Parts: sequence; C-alpha cells; structure tokens
Amino acid sequence: MSGTAAGVDARLPIRSDLDLVWVRQHVRQAAAAVGFGLVEQTKLVTAASELARNTLVYGGGGEVTTERVSDGRAAHGLRLTFTDRGPGIPDLEKALSDGYTSGDGLGLGLGGARRLVHEFAIDSTPGSGTTVTVTSWATRPPRPREELR
Amino acid sequence: MNHELPRAAAAPVPVLRLGDVLLITLQGDLHDGTAEQLQRDIAESIVRSRVTGVVIDISGVEIIDSYLGRVLAEIAAGSRLLAARTVVAGMRPAVAITLVELGLTLPGLRTALSTEAALELLAEPADRPHREPR
Amino acid sequence: MPEHHTTARNTENPVPTQEVGAFLGRRREQLAQRWADEPLFRAVFTVSRDEAVEAGRAVADALAQVAGSGRVEDTDSPGFTPVREQLTRMAASRGRAGLTAAQISREVDALRRPAVDLLVADLPQASSEHVRECATTLTALMGTLRLVVMETSLTEGQALIDRQQVQLLEVATPVIRLWDGIVGVPLIGTLDSARSQVVMETLLESVVDQQARFAILDITGVPTVDSLVAQHLMKTVAAVRLMGAECVVSGIRPAIAQTIVHLGLDLPVVTRSSLADALAYALHRLGADIVSVTPGGAGTR
Repeated sequence: MSGTAAGVDARLPIRSDLDLVWVRQHVRQAAAAVGFGLVEQTKLVTAASELARNTLVYGGGGEVTTERVSDGRAAHGLRLTFTDRGPGIPDLEKALSDGYTSGDGLGLGLGGARRLVHEFAIDSTPGSGTTVTVTSWATRPPRPREELR
Repeated sequence: MNHELPRAAAAPVPVLRLGDVLLITLQGDLHDGTAEQLQRDIAESIVRSRVTGVVIDISGVEIIDSYLGRVLAEIAAGSRLLAARTVVAGMRPAVAITLVELGLTLPGLRTALSTEAALELLAEPADRPHREPR
Repeated sequence: MPEHHTTARNTENPVPTQEVGAFLGRRREQLAQRWADEPLFRAVFTVSRDEAVEAGRAVADALAQVAGSGRVEDTDSPGFTPVREQLTRMAASRGRAGLTAAQISREVDALRRPAVDLLVADLPQASSEHVRECATTLTALMGTLRLVVMETSLTEGQALIDRQQVQLLEVATPVIRLWDGIVGVPLIGTLDSARSQVVMETLLESVVDQQARFAILDITGVPTVDSLVAQHLMKTVAAVRLMGAECVVSGIRPAIAQTIVHLGLDLPVVTRSSLADALAYALHRLGADIVSVTPGGAGTR
C-alpha cells in the first residue's frame, strides 16, 4: 500500500484511465483512515470510480479533491469533489435517471453513484463544465440513505 | 504523489486451461485496458482450445464498478456465442452489496461461491432439468 | 444613580460573583457536610457518608471556580468540567431509582437553601443590599448547576439510546445455520433501510463463512411489506445470487406477494409459505429429501 498520498485530504488529476486506479486506491485509503467499515468503503470507492470515469469520458478530464469532514459532533465523513471543464450536462434530471447515457456504458454512472453515497450534489453549466460533490459518513448503525426509486 | 503504476495493475491477466475449462483469477484493482485485453484473450482461448466452460475467480477483487460489471457480462455473453458457459466465482459480500445498490444485478451472469463450486456447476449437464419437489 | 452604586460597591464591597466565589472556597467543608445530608447525595452515595462529603467538596470547588470566572449563568463554564461526569452519574443513579426528571431537578434545587443560609450568616456586617445581591448571584449559580445536571443527563440518555439501537439491530438479525449449506434469518419487526443493510451484511457474511448454497429469508414476523420493504428484500435476494448462492423467501402472505408483483420486479426468487417448506425445498435441491419413517406414511414432503 505504498506509493499513494498518506493523508486524507488530496487533489488528484483525472487525465487517463490509469488515473482511475489511483483515485480508487486513494479513496480506499482515505475512507479507511476516516473509519469507514468495509461495506461503506467499497460503496464510496465504487461511487468514486463511476464519477471519475464520468469526469474522464464526458468531461474530457479534470480532477478530484478529497477532504475529511465532521458534523461538529461525533460523526466523521469523507467528501469528494469531481470537477471538469467539459461540455456540461444539459438535462440533469435525465442524466440522473437510470439507463441514460451519452457515451458507452450501462448508464448507471450518476444515478448509481448517487445511491452509493449519503449526500450527492451536482452543478453543471452547459459549455463550462460540471462539478459533482458527494459525501459519506462513517456511522454505526448505518445512516439511512436517500430512498430512491 | 508517485505516478508510476504498480506492475500488477498493467500486466495482463493469465488465462489458465484446466481440462475443458478456462480458469481466470482476477486480483486487486483492474485497470480498464487490462479488463478489455482479458475479454479478447478469453474469446481467443475459447476458439483455440475448444473449452466448454470459463471460470472467473473474483474472490481477490475489492471493487466492481459498472465498467468492470459490463466487461464480465460481455465475457459471459461472448462465451455463450462460442458455446462455452461462464461462471463468476467468489464475489465478496461488500462487492455484491455495492453492485446491487449501484443497480447492477447482472441477471445473465452465472455465479458460484467458490472455484470448486463453479467447476461442479460446469460439470453438470448443460440444461439440467430443474427438479421441483413434490 | 447607577454610578453611585458602582462606586459604593467598589470601595465598600467586592463584586457579588467574587464574594460568592470566596464564600464557596471558605465554606467548602461546611457546604459539603450539609449537602451530604440532602436526599440527592444521601441516596446516591450509600456506601459511606465520607464518600458523599467528598462528592460535595468537588461540587463546591466547581461552583467556586465558576463564580470566580464571573460566568454564573453559563452552563458551558469551564469550571463545571471536572464534575460533569460525577453529576451525570448522580442523575443517572436517581433516574434508575425511578425518579422523574422533574423530581431529580427538585433534588438538585434542594442544595440551594443550605448554601444561601450559610452565605447570609457569613455576611453580618455587609449592607442588606449587598447581601441580597450576593444571595441572588448564588441562587443564579445554583440554578445553572441544576441546568448542567439536566443537560448532562439528557446527553447521557441520548448516548444510551444510540448504544441500544446498535445492540437492537444486531440482536434482531440472528443468522442461523439450518443445515449443512443452508442458513436462515427470521426477520421480525419493521424492515427499514438501516435495518435491511445490517440484515444483508450479516446474511452475506454467513453465506461465505458457512459456504451456504441456500439462504432463507423468513418474513413471517414482518408486519407490513410496502414497496420499499419489498425493494430491500429484492436487493438482498440479488446480492445473495451474485455471491453464488440462492435465496428463498418464506412466510410470504398473499397480500405481500401482490405487492411484489405490483412492483414489477423480474428477479427470480423462490418463495414458500412457511420456513419448513423453504427448508424442505433447499434440502431437496441439495439432494436430500425428507421422508416419513412412520409405518405406511412414507413419502416426500
């Protein structure tokens, strides 16, 4: 497990599919450092993989920042922010629904990633890029996720 | 941050032949290119060695995203066209939970608890009539 | 007029908070002795009176510290920190003895009277106005103590509820090995998203541990199955299948079957009306049939 940044807070480039491996490894280590259980780690890493691939394929590359967050009381979490300067998403509602895709893939990217995290926010401006911010919390018992159809 | 990729991530996955079954063991984090390469290697191996089954052991895989999930589904579908059955074995609980939450239930994929169970499954006649009790 | 008073106080008497702080330090021993006889201390520290007196000293020290800092109405005053845990234990002990929050609060309030009496007796030379101001300050301080006790015991109560919730989740999902290669979990109670997460994790872990080919989810004890619950069940069924095992859902009532149909879920799930039937099905699939050995009663179940 050597070779990646030791800390939780980091900024990683997403320029090629090799970078996806780094993003997954870093998020895995950061989630473990914050105190996530195995299932929650796996969910967040998978969400990160989906979102990083979106950034690469649809956004033409970009970056992700990871940061430790706290709710001011006992809970600790991890926030990931994916940013690209790509064409943006014209219809967010549609992009979040399953089965929607503008490239190759199963079209689960955004909607799927949303189901794997506790908080999900997307900001997209056609022509100037997309920012997706996701947050998950290391909690026991599991915190209920947003119920989605 | 060090940007040299570990050897394992870029190296091709070995495809072993065991009688009339191909055995592939996936480990760690798979790079997209490696997964695509594997898909081609399996199709070629089936044609070359005329095997009737493919077992993919994923007990060492820590995450499966929709990309890798799609690759596995395509390997199974492609093998079927070449008259070989594919069984994916040893998926970890955390990976299974995540795939389901992601919305990827992979209904076309045959699964087994372990490589041994997968080999047993492939040893059974192709379309074993499903015996219902009573 | 206010200027006149301020001047008078500064020359003749110390500021009330300082006066109260000094009083609490000076009369620490007497206060501790008197409080030790009050119901709150007497009922909590039953081993020896010395123990109660010692606890009373700690409270007096904390109050002196708070008064000295001038923040007599602030429940977050650092002076309270050393006694917070002790106060929590005292309130919890009275709570266990069956007292309501209001009754505990009244017992804390009972500590005020002896303190104020002692203060008034301590200031025979002071002007009646100064005595009144000091008594008011001490009363305010004792009121803050009362709030601190209530606050810490509420926080403690919440922490207890959180701990019990975790225990309940774990206790409520016992995965049982029913046979070689067959595990089952009887679900009892409401199946919400947090609960089904725990069920799914424990069931899948035991599928791996037992190398179980069959996992039976018995929902006889689940009162209602709405679309959300059915969705949770289906996720579990799908995850078990991805691992290479088969899920059987038992205890399905006709109404529940309807809900699943209405959801339009195309996941193939084997269902049985009872746990016994589900077990018989799984055994049969594993190659073992249950036969009756009573004379003339042979046959498969």
